Amino acid sequence: MRTTLVLRALPPLWAALCALAAASALTLLHGESPRELYRLLWAGTWGSAYGIGQVLFKATPLLFCGLGVAMALRAGLFNIGAEGQITVGAFAAALSGAALPAATPAWLALPTVLLCAFGAGAALGAVAGLFRWLAGAHEVIVTMMLNFVVRAAMVGLGGHVFLRESVHTAPVVAGAELPRLSRYLPALHGSAANASLLLGLLVCAGCALLLSRTRAGFVLRTLGSNEEAARAAGVHVGRTWTWALALAGGVAGLGGTNFVLGYKHYYEDGFSGGVGYMGIAVAVLGHNRPLGVLLAALLFGTLSQGGLAVHALVPRELIDVLTAVVLLTLAASQPAVQRLLQAQPGARREKEQDEKDKEGP
Amino acid sequence: MSASWLLGLGVTTLRLGVPYIMAALGGTVSERAGVINIALEGLLLLSALAAALGAPHGAAAAALAGLGAGLAAAAVFGLLTVLLRANQVVCGVAMFLLADGLSRFLLKVVYGSTSNSPRLGQLEGHWAPLFVTGALLAGLLLHGLLGATTFGLRLRAVGEHPAAARSLGVPVHRVRLLAVLLSGLLTSVGGIWLVFDQRQFVALMSGGRGFIALAAMIFGGWRPLGAVGAALLFALAEALAVRLQAQGLPLPNYAVQMLPCGLTLVALGLRGAMGTRGSRPPAALGQPLD
Amino acid sequence: MSAPPPLCEAVDLSVRYGSLWANRGVSLAVRPGEVVALVGENGAGKSTLLHALYGLVPLDGGQVRYHGQPVVPSPQRAIAAGLGLVHQHFMLVPPLTVAENVILGQEPRKHGLLDRRRAEEEVRALAVRHGLAIDPRRPVADLSVGEAQRVEILKVLYRGARLLILDEPTAVLTPAEAEGMLRVLRQLVSDPAGGRGLLLVTHKLDEVMAVADRVVVLRQGELVASLPAQACSPAEIARAMVGRELQPVRRHPRPAGPAEVALAVHELVVERDGVRRLDGVTLQVRAGEVLGIAGVEGNGQTELCAAVMGLLPVRSGSVQLASAAGLRDITHLPVRARREAGLAWVPEDRHRHGLVLDFSLADNLLLGHEGAFCTGWLPWLQVIDRRRLLRHGRQLLDEYDIQPPEVQAPARALSGGNQQKLVVARELSAQPRVILAAQPTRGVDVGAIQTIHAQLLGARDRGAAVLLVSAELDELQKLADRIAVLYRGRIRAVLDNPPSCPVQRARLGELMAGGMA
Repeated sequence: MRTTLVLRALPPLWAALCALAAASALTLLHGESPRELYRLLWAGTWGSAYGIGQVLFKATPLLFCGLGVAMALRAGLFNIGAEGQITVGAFAAALSGAALPAATPAWLALPTVLLCAFGAGAALGAVAGLFRWLAGAHEVIVTMMLNFVVRAAMVGLGGHVFLRESVHTAPVVAGAELPRLSRYLPALHGSAANASLLLGLLVCAGCALLLSRTRAGFVLRTLGSNEEAARAAGVHVGRTWTWALALAGGVAGLGGTNFVLGYKHYYEDGFSGGVGYMGIAVAVLGHNRPLGVLLAALLFGTLSQGGLAVHALVPRELIDVLTAVVLLTLAASQPAVQRLLQAQPGARREKEQDEKDKEGP
Repeated sequence: MSASWLLGLGVTTLRLGVPYIMAALGGTVSERAGVINIALEGLLLLSALAAALGAPHGAAAAALAGLGAGLAAAAVFGLLTVLLRANQVVCGVAMFLLADGLSRFLLKVVYGSTSNSPRLGQLEGHWAPLFVTGALLAGLLLHGLLGATTFGLRLRAVGEHPAAARSLGVPVHRVRLLAVLLSGLLTSVGGIWLVFDQRQFVALMSGGRGFIALAAMIFGGWRPLGAVGAALLFALAEALAVRLQAQGLPLPNYAVQMLPCGLTLVALGLRGAMGTRGSRPPAALGQPLD
Repeated sequence: MSAPPPLCEAVDLSVRYGSLWANRGVSLAVRPGEVVALVGENGAGKSTLLHALYGLVPLDGGQVRYHGQPVVPSPQRAIAAGLGLVHQHFMLVPPLTVAENVILGQEPRKHGLLDRRRAEEEVRALAVRHGLAIDPRRPVADLSVGEAQRVEILKVLYRGARLLILDEPTAVLTPAEAEGMLRVLRQLVSDPAGGRGLLLVTHKLDEVMAVADRVVVLRQGELVASLPAQACSPAEIARAMVGRELQPVRRHPRPAGPAEVALAVHELVVERDGVRRLDGVTLQVRAGEVLGIAGVEGNGQTELCAAVMGLLPVRSGSVQLASAAGLRDITHLPVRARREAGLAWVPEDRHRHGLVLDFSLADNLLLGHEGAFCTGWLPWLQVIDRRRLLRHGRQLLDEYDIQPPEVQAPARALSGGNQQKLVVARELSAQPRVILAAQPTRGVDVGAIQTIHAQLLGARDRGAAVLLVSAELDELQKLADRIAVLYRGRIRAVLDNPPSCPVQRARLGELMAGGMA
């Protein structure tokens, strides 16, 4: 059991090492000292209360997007579309929040706006699910195409709804705003961390409960683990694909609240900064489990905030490279670990069994 | 609609078609060997970036740098997916993220801009005939490679039933690795062309063409000539929009940008509605062999 | 001593999987001109021995010699030494042609290109010479199983194999095809110029008697007998294989008087990949009856079960299931509704259709029976009642003697027999009206076979209708009240099989090969 845990911890450690190496190499390439890089990185993130607040702020959309990717992956679907989903979610939240009467109380405004964000993301996810179900089109291509379509469409729509001479919409009504965490924890003063994080934690717990306790979650996991067995057990595969991707898209769409409801209070072009793609790495690092995704989101949130902290030293695009490096090393080390796990006594029974099965009839 | 207009449309189609064709061919050769290649977009971007970085030393240096980058990126991808048996979809997406991040990083480092390089004057010249002919020829050559050579036979066998191929002494990993490398080489030509055509590097200048090429490959039924045909269809749509816009049709930019992707979705939907009629993916697609 | 050395030899060979010895101290030699039959029960270690000789699994002890020379076996060395292995499952690339499949890896070339014409000529000549006539240009996907088997033999002959190693070559052939195949093999070996030998794995004793010079019996990984074929009887071999007397499972005669029809299939036509797999199948299974489906694999059994379960679209015809209000048409119902109407399925491939190997035993018992263990008003937010599920699970594990009796263990950790018992337990536990059991004892140990047979008969005695698809004639004779023979997607005949006077095997074999009813 203990060896199992150690083995499972190996890929993330290995990925961290590779990321460190890549970061150092790129920093040297840029003519700066890696040591200085790491000092700045620490000081700008966990080294101060403000930094921690900013890490939490950065981690929030990553948590939503990571969950969006992970929930789809648990159903056996590769949702590359979190980027588009969080974009339409944020857009829908901003438009609906701005359209409400100014005096709308929070108890009415917030649920309305959240529902719009969820619904927009879910609709986009459902499209990919329907394509997979009815046209047999691979969800990777479809969700990626939708990302590009959304990107272009936002430029087009923005022309109609953005305020004059700006690239953002009108602000949402006061009732739809999410409070900053610094209101309750004064130490975080100045940081943009807001109640969207709490919403994220709720959604995270909800996903965990859904997966482990409910019939829907069971169906979803069955489909992701063995599609044919699911079919034989009476699962309607196409319908499940659709609602799983809708759920995933909705969760990712809710991630838009962090920026729109909790920070700037409006939708701004290019707000996402690629969190949807980073969400893929978050999900893979978190083993598609809600708790794992939460931890991975914190890690990538740290990197993301760290990127800003070191921006004076090296371009913050460095962080995007590191994300990819982490993803590649994780993907590369997982099969090897799987093999090591199966080589353990006790786990070898399965292999032996497969061999024996080949004997019959 | 005059003959010269149609001719112009044809030329534009061919010109715009090069990256689609090359990436679709790259996808075809890789997937026929059983390796899902979502990395095409990343390969396009990386080779374009390298070509731009090599451009100050002349056009030949730019082309060589682009090919080298495509080959190197494909080598990494092949190493991870074939030898280490990493998840092919995850790695493909990661290659895209790596290419996007690295190109933005290097844009900043080298040119001090986050969005684009300056104009690369060294690339002036009439490259289009060369690249267009090359792309069409590559389709024919790949068709011949798959059908008429021992390597092609082995490649197809490895993509359909690797265990059977191995039981006959075919080195499955080596064949797959070579296929991925060839895929990188082919795709990089598309990336190089993007830079030669626009004479500068722009962040995310591949604009989803790698992913659209995947769709073209599927439409082409995983066959080289089919992939070329489907790629030209996508290019035709884009060319039509570009030319109509140039003639003053009130077509906003974002609509032109959206068109290829939207069209891909429509086409995927139509393909589903019409049925696949005998074109099916290689049987061992996405399955590593241990 | 002028006798040539054995083509291949195992000396005290051992292979271990974890704590289990798949082969232990096995010594065996095959000489030119000799046919050695390797027999044994499921899981006795026959395939492992072949794979060890061929270098596909590493040795944990002992030695392998090719032509008298000790070697560390590997497929490349084996091929170079003239060994040719024909796997139990076809190792053919379906979209490629016969010739391409045969030459793959050793292709004739001309000007650096593939010399297709020479390849086709060589393959045709080879086929004619050995009586394995086949058109080298046809894609393998279009071949019948018998023809595909010929391509497998051609592949090893093309590589100049002198020792042919065949793993159950006749398992998927009709009796007539099997006979032809054995004749060809016998000729290959008896040709004195060829100097060839044959090592044949089978569990059909009549084949052994027909073709083998020597019989080698494996039991639980150990070699328990090596006898000249002429000097022993099938009964002797069977005893050596099993090693103990089995308690027969007894089937009580069906009570007299008509029972209601529980499953009625009428003129069912099913197509898959453009090929008609079921061509107007009509059959009825009554409550309290086992209807056996006999047939060589690939004659529509898989499609019959899948279509009745609702996993394959039906082209025409109907499927009806008994309900409280008489027979009800379920032809177009989804799988879930059919299950709720009282249909259960023990699939032939438990890993593919029956289990989720990463799930716990409890979760696997929940599969397909979510409705029984979930509560809540919102249908898609129903909560799983874990306590009840675990209690139910422990009870079933106990009843079916599933080892280890740990409901939280992953299904992966179970042996094949226990996995199969788990599937049977789940499917029978919901008191279904109709049970489709496809190859329910394939690849499982003797103990599990007994449990499964007893449980199936128990369900029948409680009034369930059982449709039993099996490739084992023994199993059909033992369990089925009637036996229907499926041939090329049609029911050839339905024979009564009362316990007092079972159907003759020869008669079944004839019908399975397409003989007239």
